[in-house]
Amino acid sequence: MATLEIKDLHAEVETEEGSKEILTGVNLTVSSGETHAFMGPNGSGKSTLAYALAGHPKYNVTSGSVLLDGEEVLEMSVDERARAGLFLAMQYPVEVPGVSMSNFLRSAATATRGEAPQIRHWVKEVKQAMGNLEIDESFSERSVNEGFSGGEKKRHEILQLDLLKPKFAVLDETDSGLDVDALRVVSDGINRYTEDGDKGVLLITHYTRILEHIKPDYVHVFVGGRVVESGGPELADELEKSGYVRFAGKKEAAAQS
Amino acid sequence: MTESTLETTGPSGLEEHSHGGTEVPPASRGHRFTSYDVEAFEVPGGREEDWRFTPMKRLHGLHDGSAAATGSLQVEVGGDSAARVETVGRDDQRLGTAGAPADRIAAQAWCSFTEATVVTVPKDTQPADAIVVTVHGPGRERTAYGHIQVRAEPLSESVVVLDYRGSGVIGENVELIAEDSARLSVITIHDFENDATQVSSEHVHLGKDAVFRHFAVSLGGDLVRVNTKVSYGDRGGDADMLGVYFSDKGQHLEHRLLMDHSQPNCRSNVTYKGALQGDSARSVWIGDVLIQAAAENTETFELNRNLVLTEGARADSVPNLEIETGEIVGAGHASAIGRFDDEQLFYLQARGIPYDQARRLVVRGFFGEILQKITVAEIRERLEAAIDEELAAAGT
Repeated sequence: MATLEIKDLHAEVETEEGSKEILTGVNLTVSSGETHAFMGPNGSGKSTLAYALAGHPKYNVTSGSVLLDGEEVLEMSVDERARAGLFLAMQYPVEVPGVSMSNFLRSAATATRGEAPQIRHWVKEVKQAMGNLEIDESFSERSVNEGFSGGEKKRHEILQLDLLKPKFAVLDETDSGLDVDALRVVSDGINRYTEDGDKGVLLITHYTRILEHIKPDYVHVFVGGRVVESGGPELADELEKSGYVRFAGKKEAAAQS
Repeated sequence: MTESTLETTGPSGLEEHSHGGTEVPPASRGHRFTSYDVEAFEVPGGREEDWRFTPMKRLHGLHDGSAAATGSLQVEVGGDSAARVETVGRDDQRLGTAGAPADRIAAQAWCSFTEATVVTVPKDTQPADAIVVTVHGPGRERTAYGHIQVRAEPLSESVVVLDYRGSGVIGENVELIAEDSARLSVITIHDFENDATQVSSEHVHLGKDAVFRHFAVSLGGDLVRVNTKVSYGDRGGDADMLGVYFSDKGQHLEHRLLMDHSQPNCRSNVTYKGALQGDSARSVWIGDVLIQAAAENTETFELNRNLVLTEGARADSVPNLEIETGEIVGAGHASAIGRFDDEQLFYLQARGIPYDQARRLVVRGFFGEILQKITVAEIRERLEAAIDEELAAAGT
């Protein structure tokens, strides 16, 4: 049983007009076995939260704490966080020319598992995982994400999730830009990852569409860089019907008082 | 002419210039004056188009006649024994047939060498292994002038390695000749000690239907300036020019290419990639392509990419295409200089891969497409190891 605790997290980015606070005090605890949907309008800081958790250098954490099983994540380097069991499926996966997918996957598995996987098992494992996600085998010899379509990139993020099996996964709008078939394939992949009940998921999304495939235990509404309301799956139904108006309005009212 | 420069001077000192036509272009960069007489060239001052990127002081007088020969190159030829190896005097009639000197240092070297090494791959032979020519510099604070000719006779198929090592100041001409229907691959490795200065003019000449492959690798030395001109003696010549360079702290590595298409139905492809790291690391790449009026059905492309790994380094890249006939298959060029991509590093690290390894993966990937084409495994592995070593040095 593992826990990821985010406590009063504040973060800013450097802009041309100076630094700008994006996260304004995020509180959230995710335990293994739980799926938390994180929903909010565009510009609410959802992706910033994802990047700040992963340690992207562009985002500067000014205060707060992120504990993974009691260990301070914010003191770890990007790769240490990944090896500690934190995974970020990116909204816009990066192309790395000249580095083959197979070399990359093996390097990542070696790093996170602490030893190189045995070659025979590994080949089988990758083949199986690629098959599950309906990824053609020829992709192993292609450069990481290079020339992949949006949907292909997302499938490969989930492929990495399946192979690296982190304790906690932050999925940053993994559903965006996917057609109906791809959404099903990717959602199945995420459900396979959680099926043993020992993984925690923070599912960041703008739309409720993916929640038809992945059942969240909790739904959080994220506005203005923090969680403004938390509830069960029924909260997603309300968002589906009424959008974010009630929450965005509430924030404005608070600001005026 | 499109020229681009990337100079990293400080955390926020990123400057990128890209301008076309602001320089006054010389009448033609392709049609060049040549002479075997050193006095036919004026002493360059450093502001001339051909010299403006070169730190003249670090030429140790190669350009102004003050660098007398005080040593000699030691040339050993090993590898496949099928080649004929001769040491000849200045009067050997074969010398100078691939091309005449096009700048003062090349003319100085031509006037100053005392003996030349001629390596001949006999007609219709296919040596199984590479022919390895190892050239040792004259030693610290010594100057030497040299001349090497590699001649691949008709229908031969061979791989020749030119491996430069050691110290000193070197001016030389290298003739690489692929006669009719020969297939010649030449791997040139400039892997000097830190003090070395080398100014080399390579004259490549292709016969009818000759296939020439060149891999130029520059790693060591204080200053290395290589001029490579490819000329076509007849139809059907095919030249692939690939280059890799890694410029470290204080190093100046300069590659100037001229693909002189004077014959119909010939092809050329130039791809050079370089990485730079450390204070005052410099690289210069000049890619000139001339398609003369007679050179119908020419197909040519040139590309230069630079990866600037740290602050304080500067890369210049100048591709230039002159076309005197419209009847061609295709001609193009591309040049780019980029900083080391933090997003790529972040992505790899976010999958648990440690920083040093991630950096290595990205740089290996950058050079990979060229290194993969080197068919001699030993050389490829040596270069991969050398690049890893350069990176490890920067990591500290």
